[in-house]
Amino acid sequence: MTDHHLAEFNVARLREPLDAPSMAEFLALFEPINALADSAPGFVWRLADGAADDATGIRPYGDDVIINMSVWESREALWDFVYRSAHLDLLRRRREWLLRMAEPETVMWWVPAGRIPSVEEARERLGRVRRDGPGPEAFTFREVYDAGGELVRS
Amino acid sequence: MDDVEAIAALQDPVRRRLYEYVAAQDHEVGRAEAAEAAGIQRTLAAFHLDRLTDAGLLDTVFRRPAGRTGPGAGRPAKLYRRSAAERVVSVPPRDYRALAELLAEVVAEVGGEEILERLARARGRSAGAAAGPGEDPRRGAEGTGAGPGAGPGAGPGAGPGEGGDAGPAEAPGGGPNVDGVAVGGRVEAALAARGYEPYREGTGLRLRNCPFHALAVEFPPLVCGMNLALLEGLLDGLEATGMTARMDPRPGECCVVLDSKNNHS
Repeated sequence: MTDHHLAEFNVARLREPLDAPSMAEFLALFEPINALADSAPGFVWRLADGAADDATGIRPYGDDVIINMSVWESREALWDFVYRSAHLDLLRRRREWLLRMAEPETVMWWVPAGRIPSVEEARERLGRVRRDGPGPEAFTFREVYDAGGELVRS
Repeated sequence: MDDVEAIAALQDPVRRRLYEYVAAQDHEVGRAEAAEAAGIQRTLAAFHLDRLTDAGLLDTVFRRPAGRTGPGAGRPAKLYRRSAAERVVSVPPRDYRALAELLAEVVAEVGGEEILERLARARGRSAGAAAGPGEDPRRGAEGTGAGPGAGPGAGPGAGPGEGGDAGPAEAPGGGPNVDGVAVGGRVEAALAARGYEPYREGTGLRLRNCPFHALAVEFPPLVCGMNLALLEGLLDGLEATGMTARMDPRPGECCVVLDSKNNHS
């Protein structure tokens, strides 16, 4: 397991452009929450493009969809950051700033430790979970597979 | 061991006392500590603690006493903590969990979080109002009347051990304000009665147990959002105007923390 890391990719459709007044609170959360991720136990890497130190400038799904990608040492490490840190309150309030999407918004998959996944690869994995549902190559927290391809029973 | 046998292991009053003591601690408990807390001999405590472990109600770990490492540090001590496994017995058979999971899935899929939070807040409010003194809250007499478990919502954590030791008539932080003391005690008792296992930290209350754990693990934002609204409503119903609920999740605990407004920046 330690020779693999868990990659996570998610997309979010904005209610309004990030510079709209209604989005100010959301925008202000980026820096502290990203900093929280960077210092979280088991954090390996997250997608960022230069100046802003976040991924909001990368919009492969169109102007109104932002993306997020990160790599973690384990499922537990990612879980504790996503659901057992200040990040949870952001998730709870996400509908104030983000629209619901009919399709899955998140995907996870295992990568060899040390390899950083590309956005291209991430899009392909999300497409897979949207098309075929969760499987060993592309899954969600509701149905997790280990690096050996086995379904994890919680 | 099946659930009925596991729960039956608690029938013995001494064993139950030991279980409740270990469950209420924020640390792993050694035999000597448990024996002292239950007021029994160490060998007897060891026997019952191991029975509880066999029943799957406690887990054991072996650890050297703090600060002692390396050769000559002695044998690691056997320590006990509450097992994370849930035990449920229902006669006749009922399966509310499967129903709850399905309903949670529906709420998530239709995006009904706001409605869920509104209803949870209302439910918390009426539970708080019912658990409150039902009279002038300034009297401060509820320290004797409304102890843990006295509310109508007496939940799984309403055993004699929880909250009782903490003394329901003290406010978190123990401020000089007599009113605040009474209200804080009422909040603590109401939380204990609902199985939250509150404990003091700084000027606030943290909650050691999540009564909705299995669902919260499966639908975190949904269930934790509901829980926050429920507790906001509870504070409201208890007229605990000096306290606020906010999310501050930590691994292994409930996602909500309650702050005293007066003392919190």
